[in-house]
Amino acid sequence: MPSKRSRIGSLGGAVLLLGCAFALAAAGNESAADNYRTYCTQCHGVDGNGKGINIRDMSVQPRDHTDAKAMSGRSDDAIFKVIKEGGPSIDKSVLMPPWGGTFSDEEIRDLVAHLRKLCKCSFGAAP
Amino acid sequence: MRRLLIPLLALALAAASGARAADPGADLLAQRCAGCHALAGPAPQTLAQLWARKAPDLFYAGNKFRAEWLRAWLQKPTRLRPAGEFYPDHVRRGAKGDEVDATTLAPHVALSAADAGAAGEALMRLKAHDDLVAAEKIEPGTISKSMGEMTFDKFLGCMTCHEIEPGFGGASGPELYTAGQRLQAQFVASYIRSPQAWDPKIWMPNKQVSDANILKLVRYLTVLSKEPGDAK
Repeated sequence: MPSKRSRIGSLGGAVLLLGCAFALAAAGNESAADNYRTYCTQCHGVDGNGKGINIRDMSVQPRDHTDAKAMSGRSDDAIFKVIKEGGPSIDKSVLMPPWGGTFSDEEIRDLVAHLRKLCKCSFGAAP
Repeated sequence: MRRLLIPLLALALAAASGARAADPGADLLAQRCAGCHALAGPAPQTLAQLWARKAPDLFYAGNKFRAEWLRAWLQKPTRLRPAGEFYPDHVRRGAKGDEVDATTLAPHVALSAADAGAAGEALMRLKAHDDLVAAEKIEPGTISKSMGEMTFDKFLGCMTCHEIEPGFGGASGPELYTAGQRLQAQFVASYIRSPQAWDPKIWMPNKQVSDANILKLVRYLTVLSKEPGDAK
């Protein structure tokens, strides 16, 4: 017969597992790295250097996300906006499409943080 | 009499069950296509499922393809997606940037005329999204190629991902210079309106294209498919 302590432990574990499962189901979000690989690398490149497989005939070249100088010139809000609403929303190229129909706001915020890791920079503070 | 009736009844039952099973097209799909293509939905709901997809879904092939194109293509298949599916799996780093690694792309199997006819018929019966195509009304009309290309390329940036002639345009989406022969107009319209309604995790964005521009794009692709190799 299991002790009272072990029964409480098992119950706690089950509640914790259930809680995690609900959290995952509620979020439904993908990781920024996975989203970046799936949606962004086609133009911005597997290394984020702006040299994806689609660039050959593009009239405007994609942003190099590893360019700390250029990336530090954009605020996180501006990057959020351009991902969600597309290039024209910040007076940039129509070739950058709006991804608001693909990503949740939370996923876009995660992508902004991911871009900051790629450029190793923050707004107004290039290394 | 009874002795005669029982074998006859058995024979009739066997014939009936044989008739039900005799669907060479469906058998072909199950045996030769289902290994790579999904013949039943739903489309991938997560990136893990998307990444595992080996080839385009076919469970709405009857809403998507034109039957005559399908029959011909299955006999002489050509590459529709320059970077295959799933495209990042076929990309390598090159001297000037990323490039498609063609060595990782396998050719599509070719069918005999009889098999292509049977498979084509079976594919055209797969219609999971009648509702989506029924919502699209395509008014007859045309567009000049230059105006169409302006809308496609300059105004909407579709050429970023799609080729409009062999070797000209983007690589991550399917080529569109044969789309007018390949795809039903209502499908094209519906897919542009909301790619995610067909394929929730697809890497084509919803660009909020207006009804007027959707019509222009549908007409442009029709014009383009009649003049392959002439764009730009």
